[in-house]
Amino acid sequence: MAAPVVDGWFPALALGVSLLKCLFINAYHSTDFEVHRNWLAITHSLPVSRWYHENTSEWTLDYPPLFAWFEFGLSHVAQHFDRNMLVVENLNYDSPMTVLFQRLSVIFTDVVFIFAVRECCRCVQKQKGSRDVLNRPSFVLAVLLLWNFGLLIVDHIHFQYNGFLFGFLLLSVAKHLQSQHLQGALLFAVLLNLKHIYLYVAPAYGIYLLRSYCFTQDNKDGSISWRSFSPLRLIALGSIVTSVCALSFGPFIAMVLRLKLLEEAGLPRASMTGGLVQEFQHSVLPSVSPSITLICTLLSILPAVASIWRRPRGARGFLRCLLLCALASFMFGWHVHEKAILIAILPLSILAVESREDAGIFLVLSTTGHYSLFPLIFTPAELPIKVGLMLMFVIYSFTALRKLHSGQGTLLHPLESVYLLGLVVVAIACEIIFPLSPWQQKLPFLPLLLTSVYCSVGVCYSFLRLYVSLLRQEEKPKQL
Amino acid sequence: MQTWSLVSVCVLLGVVVRWGVSLNSYSGAGKPPMYGDYEAQRHWQEVTYNLPVQEWYFNTTENDLNYWGLDYPPLTAYHSLICAYIAKIINPEWVELHKSRGYESPAHKLFMRATVLVADLLIYIPAVVLYCLYLTDGSSKKKVSTLFCFLLYPGLILIDYGHFQYNGVSLGFALWGVLALGLGWDAFGSMAFCLALNYKQMELYHALPFFCYLLGKCIKLGPMGRGFFLLVRIAATVLVTFALCWLPFLSDPSQALQVVRRIFPVARGLFEDKVANTWCSLNILIKIRSILSSDSQIYLRLLMKPTFWQFKLALANSSLAFFLFSYQVHEKSILLAALPVCLLLSDLPLTVIWFLQASTFSMLPLFLKDGLLVPYVVTSLAFLFFSIYLLSALEHCSEEELRLGAYHKLLFFLPKLDLACIVRWKFYISVAAMAGLSIVSVALVPPPHLPDLFPVLVSTTGFLHFLGTFIYFNIVQFSGPPSRKNQKKND
Repeated sequence: MAAPVVDGWFPALALGVSLLKCLFINAYHSTDFEVHRNWLAITHSLPVSRWYHENTSEWTLDYPPLFAWFEFGLSHVAQHFDRNMLVVENLNYDSPMTVLFQRLSVIFTDVVFIFAVRECCRCVQKQKGSRDVLNRPSFVLAVLLLWNFGLLIVDHIHFQYNGFLFGFLLLSVAKHLQSQHLQGALLFAVLLNLKHIYLYVAPAYGIYLLRSYCFTQDNKDGSISWRSFSPLRLIALGSIVTSVCALSFGPFIAMVLRLKLLEEAGLPRASMTGGLVQEFQHSVLPSVSPSITLICTLLSILPAVASIWRRPRGARGFLRCLLLCALASFMFGWHVHEKAILIAILPLSILAVESREDAGIFLVLSTTGHYSLFPLIFTPAELPIKVGLMLMFVIYSFTALRKLHSGQGTLLHPLESVYLLGLVVVAIACEIIFPLSPWQQKLPFLPLLLTSVYCSVGVCYSFLRLYVSLLRQEEKPKQL
Repeated sequence: MQTWSLVSVCVLLGVVVRWGVSLNSYSGAGKPPMYGDYEAQRHWQEVTYNLPVQEWYFNTTENDLNYWGLDYPPLTAYHSLICAYIAKIINPEWVELHKSRGYESPAHKLFMRATVLVADLLIYIPAVVLYCLYLTDGSSKKKVSTLFCFLLYPGLILIDYGHFQYNGVSLGFALWGVLALGLGWDAFGSMAFCLALNYKQMELYHALPFFCYLLGKCIKLGPMGRGFFLLVRIAATVLVTFALCWLPFLSDPSQALQVVRRIFPVARGLFEDKVANTWCSLNILIKIRSILSSDSQIYLRLLMKPTFWQFKLALANSSLAFFLFSYQVHEKSILLAALPVCLLLSDLPLTVIWFLQASTFSMLPLFLKDGLLVPYVVTSLAFLFFSIYLLSALEHCSEEELRLGAYHKLLFFLPKLDLACIVRWKFYISVAAMAGLSIVSVALVPPPHLPDLFPVLVSTTGFLHFLGTFIYFNIVQFSGPPSRKNQKKND
């Protein structure tokens, strides 16, 4: 169900956030900046066969080949800014022109994300009789996505290309919501070849497409009709996926094995602070291995996936299942970065502007998830920015969603409100009290531990509530 | 959405933008021996903390006035003292006498930027919020849009958070004065303005309108009776405020005299830094008397009709007149004209936006010197786009909305031409010219025989814009009262 075309407010929002991103060009950037500069250098200066072998720098290429081709394309623009950044030996090279180029490349590639958000806004149902632009679901969704705190902090300060990648994910979701499944599958295949972490949500795609696309009809009671299986559609899907993979992996068939080995070894990408990562045996709690986490993840998503197989609820059911896969992988996966919470928060925004219950879950998950990103930006100079942006997003999301779903009671249960207020206490303790206290030297990871533990409660709670909402919908089969 | 949440989001966005700008360089960064305004402020913290009050404004062995000697009134010195106390707690090296000269470090920069933000949050931003919510017309959405554009004015952000100054304090106090007078709290308003005056002497640009408005109001209330009591109350407030500010210097008349000598230096040169005023562009001597006689029309009109609308216009006209025709003016002084013009944002959006953009543009050479090109481009684009979009400036160009009154017939001999269309095209051409000059100043190297070509071009363009705005505001002030709907509110 398509809403009317977005008016002038959408370009205004997009332009505003892009200009804001430009102001963060000189802000702190993490080692991810050097990672991407290194990849620019590798893809530009070396022949294709050496891309995955090169290890002068510790930040070896560990994304799928399509991303390497993307960096290759960027490097051709980079050479006009500062040739020296493309020299592999120039480790940690960050001249002003290099910083400018890298930052601008993130801002420009965000155009994919902006396009995807526009498509998602089109899919969201229009509320009846809302003349006020500020109160339309499409407007609220646009703000929640374009001005998402997590994306701004992670992409434009910490430095990554998540906006670009999420653009593909959201565009694929939007295409499924618009019933253009082949395009959605194509976009997801491309996304998988850009960053393999999205493999975690592949079960949702696989089961949904198999059940709702390859089986063209359901029986009257909603159960599967085996006779309506369309081999043609299956072949179409299969060929799309294989051709994208072939295109991307063509030169690298042999490299795939090496990538798999690197991932299982829990790879030297020290993405957590302090480098206190990788395999270590716990002294008190039972030790965890990669295979156990994989089993846990698969077990936790099994009911969700089975549910959309037995009783498909159209694209929105698929979206819910995707969210559950993403959250399950965040909670149980091996070597997950806190940034992965964004894979759950962003798609949940779409559901939040449509349903009151989802809005409540969104408020808890987004506030908790965003707060868990605070330790990522630990420099004092960026503190006002991260606090200011967080407050902006919290105030806006609470008031806008409350207004959107007004007249049906409060969005949050009192206990949930208390939990979220507790975040303020944790924030003050970690950002202000702790640095000035005597424990700073002895227990430097205490604030990180406190933040992680406190936020994990919120994330687990949201996971359970989403699961309940999915399974509860199954009991009463609805018209899609 | 509720107004309070929209207002909070706007204020937070304003703060984030300010802090984003502050991540960039400041004036005189890494440029010994004199550095720049940033070092001047740090030096004043050092001087006020380590030396007794009697020595602050004097040239002694401990206090070399040639190295950024104090040349603002006492309130600036007290503010520096407070900051110095905090600096001493964090890191004493920052304010150590003599040894801390030219001290630069990331932590110190963070501290200095934080002092600017704190001052803004306490003084300037609340004044702006209250002004836009209570003293502007229109729906709550329009008020919030006005607030957002007011907070987004690039000139003040770039100077305070980029170049490094504390204009937010003096302008904030002046704005509190305007706010109070608008709400009818005359004594409080006078006190606020006196504080502004005692923070930066350049607030004298705004002094005459304040004086005439209050005097006019007293006369209107009746010279014998209520008016007289009001006059006495205001006079007493002013005297007490001045006395409190100058208390440490009143014990010895030579002290007070020295302070006055420092804050009104007549010995400095005329052409400091190629400023956009008549001196630079016309290069002829204009007698102060003749200027005063032409300006006096502004004040007389305000005296006769002390309405808030006339007051705002008089502030704008007066500060523009002083900027255009005064002795030894720095380009940053355009901010003193920009503040009163911002007050007219919801009434005359197009001209105000135009002027504010021109004022930011006129300071471009300063920004380039400080390495603030990216923030300049970003904030200018954001301001232009959002103010035009949110306030629908280009649509409100009809004759009535431009408030030209009967004068438009004088200016436009061909009545068939559409005024709105002409104004819009002039605006587009002007913005294009400013953008073009900005690009040229950055991208091209000036010819060797004209090394200051671009700053002079920028300065001249700015001057033409300011002159045009000055003429326009004069016409508006004299063309009669605004429409009935507005008049009731403003009286």
